Amino acid sequence: MITAYALDIALGCFGLALILNLIRLATAPSLTDRILAVDTMTVNIIAIIVLTGLGSGSVLNLDAAILFALTGFVSTVAFCKYLLRGSIIE
Amino acid sequence: MTLLADYAIAALLVLGGVFGLIGSFGLLKLKDPMQRLHAPTKATTIGVGAALVASALDLVMLGQGVTWQEVLVAVFLFLTAPLSALYLAKAHLARSIDRKSLPPTGTNADWATFKTAAK
Repeated sequence: MITAYALDIALGCFGLALILNLIRLATAPSLTDRILAVDTMTVNIIAIIVLTGLGSGSVLNLDAAILFALTGFVSTVAFCKYLLRGSIIE
Repeated sequence: MTLLADYAIAALLVLGGVFGLIGSFGLLKLKDPMQRLHAPTKATTIGVGAALVASALDLVMLGQGVTWQEVLVAVFLFLTAPLSALYLAKAHLARSIDRKSLPPTGTNADWATFKTAAK
């Protein structure tokens, strides 16, 4: 019972966090800030996927969370590598 | 026992949500780009970690046990957050620092920040 209310609060918090990240993405002063905003959005989406899985009681959502964690990290590093060195694979 | 676990899960969920919100708010609010790096990489990681622990506790209470996917997500997030922060800091430094403001290195090699990919 109390878990359902807490789940709603947590989902609302992470949803609001995603909106804040979108605002940051739209109004970012530099390119690295945009990359950071997208990285934070990935982490927040992972949280929402995990919480949705908790609400529905299924463990299938965790596979999607793993996929987001992997691709989010790799894309962040690839963007940064491109900015740093001018190429991704040397 | 079940009631205690329910309270623990609820507390972890609220904690995680608040930390995630603080992280994203800090990303929007803080002034300096290097300060801005702190909020998402620390607060948001703690928030997602709390959500993952709550989810694991819920699965244990349902009698399913902790799945390896859960552990994998948590380990991966906590391993990669500092690495992406490091890369973002390096990219920011390489783009924002003026080469003339740096002292000479004292050796034949240039500062590593300004090296480009070997062609």
